[in-house]
Amino acid sequence: MVNAGKQLITGLGVLLLSLVLSVSCYAMDFPDEVEIDSLANLYEGVVFDHAMHVDATENCADCHHHTTGTGVSDEYCAKCHEGDVEMDTVSCQDCHSADPLSPENLHNPAPGYIYHDDKPNLKAAYHLKCLGCHNEVDGPTGCEDCHAKTEAGDKFYHSGEFAPAEDASHGEHE
Amino acid sequence: MSKITRRKFLAGSAAGGAAMMLTPAKKAFASGSFEGFPDGMGVLVDLTRCVGCRTCEAACNKEQGLPAPDLPFDDYSVFDEIHHGNQKRRPTDRAYTVVNRYEPEGADKPLYRKIQCNHCNEPACLTSCFVNAYTKTPEGAVIYNSHVCVGCRNCMIACPFHVPAYTYHSAINPVIKKCIFCYYTRLKEGKPPACVESCPQQVMTFGKRKDLMKIARERIAKNPDKYIDHIYGEKEVGGTGWFYISNAPFEEAGFDIHLPKKPIIDNVKDFLAIVPIVLTVWPALFTGFHLLATKGKSHGHGDDHSHDEQEGH
Repeated sequence: MVNAGKQLITGLGVLLLSLVLSVSCYAMDFPDEVEIDSLANLYEGVVFDHAMHVDATENCADCHHHTTGTGVSDEYCAKCHEGDVEMDTVSCQDCHSADPLSPENLHNPAPGYIYHDDKPNLKAAYHLKCLGCHNEVDGPTGCEDCHAKTEAGDKFYHSGEFAPAEDASHGEHE
Repeated sequence: MSKITRRKFLAGSAAGGAAMMLTPAKKAFASGSFEGFPDGMGVLVDLTRCVGCRTCEAACNKEQGLPAPDLPFDDYSVFDEIHHGNQKRRPTDRAYTVVNRYEPEGADKPLYRKIQCNHCNEPACLTSCFVNAYTKTPEGAVIYNSHVCVGCRNCMIACPFHVPAYTYHSAINPVIKKCIFCYYTRLKEGKPPACVESCPQQVMTFGKRKDLMKIARERIAKNPDKYIDHIYGEKEVGGTGWFYISNAPFEEAGFDIHLPKKPIIDNVKDFLAIVPIVLTVWPALFTGFHLLATKGKSHGHGDDHSHDEQEGH
């Protein structure tokens, strides 16, 4: 299994939720730093410099869609969510499920939805948002620019101390 | 033990041949219109999302218990590898999936593409296999039985995507190896394959093929400026279980855009359908004609013993 510890996800999810819940963009308080580590396994969690990203972006909606009540940046979403007020939940994992085997991630398109039926899972939501923007603004895009690889990661990728020997023979398998 | 006489045999084959002739031809040709199992699973691959991290390759290696790679899975120099025939990397017996990098004309960013078995609705490998080693399961996977494989490599030639690989290093029992959609460990239990689950960008979306087709169309419709208006694998070679949407023309991401829309088997189906008719109906039919033509001359008279004697002349 690539994703580890559902307990870890739940425990740290609650922690992260409480951090993010207590705040909102601009008008309200927001955390200067968010530790995104609910999925940490092959890589360490990310210590996310929220304050810097608040300064760097024009609108909370660039990352938080319509949930912060600051207007939406996507025209498609605006058809329904224009003028939305701040929601109770603004954390990514409130809407994007971390468990790859959860019904909403296993059944595509998500049953019972007309919209929001093609929602990325939590891991993808993070990476698509972060990397998508970083690619556009020339931010860091290497895996380890954001999170260091763990020992489990080195083992998984056959890197670091688990790297194959230089002159690994092609033909010999055990 | 009942003795089958020549007369009984001929009568039986004539009757059987006549029965075959009367069977509606439509039934015999039904395999040609097979469009995949209704609830077959598939994977939608969105090339716009792939960043070439090779995590899927590592996940495949672990899940399938494949031998350690020559280079770490986070070594991106493999994208520069060019193999014989001026080719980028291809799946091998030691790596059932590989990611390649392409530089589409006019694009400011490279395009990455994961290659693995596309799990065709009507697989050419399956139809080419004379020992019937391949199976297309109702879940959507194209799997094979290594114990049956005689190593003839017909499927390697038949596959329009050049996917099946061969254990050339094995001197005693070389067999075919390829992606099996993680059938035994995951798909059978309704779980997505390891590569899909491992992907940090959800390049791959797992679901029923027919439902995923809807998602693919929706994504293209919502972002007409982003995507090429084509789903590669919707129609190609009769439809594939894994299919692709892209922001660059597919030929620039190494796809063969000249593949027929019909399954590969259609190329030879008309001929192959005639073979059993020729082999079974013709002998009976023409023997019948012969018997009719020679009726009252030497056949059909006397008992079996005398008949055998006549034969002996």
